[in-house]
Amino acid sequence: MSLPAEALLALQAFQQAAGWEQRARLLMQWGDRLPALEDADKVEANRVHGCESQVWLLGAVHDGHWQFAASSDARLIRGLVALLLARVNGLSTQELQQVDLPDWFNQLGLSRQLSPSRSNGLNAVLQRMHELAL
Amino acid sequence: MLVPSPWRADFPAIAALQRQDQTYLDSAATTQKPQALIDALTHYYANGAANVHRAQHLPGAHATQAFENSRSKVAQWLNVGDSGQIVFTHGATSALNLLAYGLEHHFKPGDELVISALEHHANLLPWQQLAQRRGLELVVLPLNAAGLIDLEAAAQLIGPRTRLLAVSQLSNVLGAWQPLPQLLAMAKAQQALTVVDGAQGVVHGRHDVQAMGCDFYVFSSHKLYGPDGLGVLYGRNEALQGLRHWQFGGEMVQDAEYQHASFRPAPLGYEAGTPPIASVIGLGATLDYLGGLDQDAVTAHEVALHDYLLHGLQARKGIRLLGAPHLALASFVVDGVHNADLAHLLTEQGIAVRAGHHCAMPLLKSFGLAGAIRVSLALYNDSADLERFFEALDQALEMLR
Repeated sequence: MSLPAEALLALQAFQQAAGWEQRARLLMQWGDRLPALEDADKVEANRVHGCESQVWLLGAVHDGHWQFAASSDARLIRGLVALLLARVNGLSTQELQQVDLPDWFNQLGLSRQLSPSRSNGLNAVLQRMHELAL
Repeated sequence: MLVPSPWRADFPAIAALQRQDQTYLDSAATTQKPQALIDALTHYYANGAANVHRAQHLPGAHATQAFENSRSKVAQWLNVGDSGQIVFTHGATSALNLLAYGLEHHFKPGDELVISALEHHANLLPWQQLAQRRGLELVVLPLNAAGLIDLEAAAQLIGPRTRLLAVSQLSNVLGAWQPLPQLLAMAKAQQALTVVDGAQGVVHGRHDVQAMGCDFYVFSSHKLYGPDGLGVLYGRNEALQGLRHWQFGGEMVQDAEYQHASFRPAPLGYEAGTPPIASVIGLGATLDYLGGLDQDAVTAHEVALHDYLLHGLQARKGIRLLGAPHLALASFVVDGVHNADLAHLLTEQGIAVRAGHHCAMPLLKSFGLAGAIRVSLALYNDSADLERFFEALDQALEMLR
């Protein structure tokens, strides 16, 4: 399965990053580029529970392709969510079910962000995405 | 001024963590363990495990002896004397739940249970749920600006309908000693039962339950440099008389028929099932170790290190402390910075601090916060640990601002 263009960009940037500091700065840049959510979308129904920060996730299918939108009030989780969207936006339901997201974050050098003890909420976001796309 | 720890080498995990570039500043969550405890666990498992209070065989006798020796050591640690009994539970939370179920029959609809606004969920939820089961009022004592239970408000709120007071000795978020003598006196004047959550308090200094005069005192072993899976419940003799049995099975029974049974008094009657034998023996070894330290030197170290922490935090712009911590820990937020972001960047730099609500969600909400960063100290920490934390904090804030 070929990577979406945005995902390729992310992969190149993160694989070149040397050390935690560059990765963190990149994460924040990706988070800053995530389109803002309308206030009307930042409602309880769209909130992902299980995060230290507030995270909202919406998803809908257009012409057979998933489009997700998300945001957070914390910058680094917003960056992680942006990287997630870069990988999954535009996929069909079947492709979305097949994509190996832990491997995606591993390729980016961010696998630790998915460890069970992390309460940053990335796991909860993946779970919610899965529920939306079922 | 440097604050070295002469006890650091007694805790082998500190060096191991340092080799992994980790600075451990989360001891209010759980502590690293002294070599003396590790040796005791190894000795017990390597020399013959056995169940306690059951078997007539020699390994059983040895295990029971070691187990009961630990009970005496805990009793001595709290200066229990003849005033009451030490019951072992599976944790402080478990001990508080035992009380909330075992005391339930004392209460009737409309009675009041009094807690404070700073309680850890373990000393909030069992009482909240008891109140819901029995139609009781849960009264929450407010705090003053310094993070202490407001005594004027308490004097108004603790009244003739108060049947029980359950409060923390030292807050796990605010690091402030609570005015227990005054609060306990108010509750006792109403003939209310008194429960003290010593989970944080017991770790700092020595505490005398007879002088304190509470009915029940609870703490958890793993926060006091002991093994996990073990809680301690002290009960005053008179109060234990009114405590019903809660969990059933094992050697807590005196006599059993198919349709009915009778149960032992405290302590064994409240220790259903096989207790955490190794942990109990390990806690005894930890108390031997702690008892051998120069308590004045430990106290001086804790005070100096806490001052070092507070000064470092206060020297930095935009840092807001929660309350006015006396000892052991400091929780803070930074203006304009999300605590989850700060936690992320501290983690990246190998700083093990706690971020979030610290199991005290209502308290954090009362500050208008979803979370805070907590730095907590133990006797093995030194000023070099704090310097690494401050360096990482500066680096994180530089990136986030």
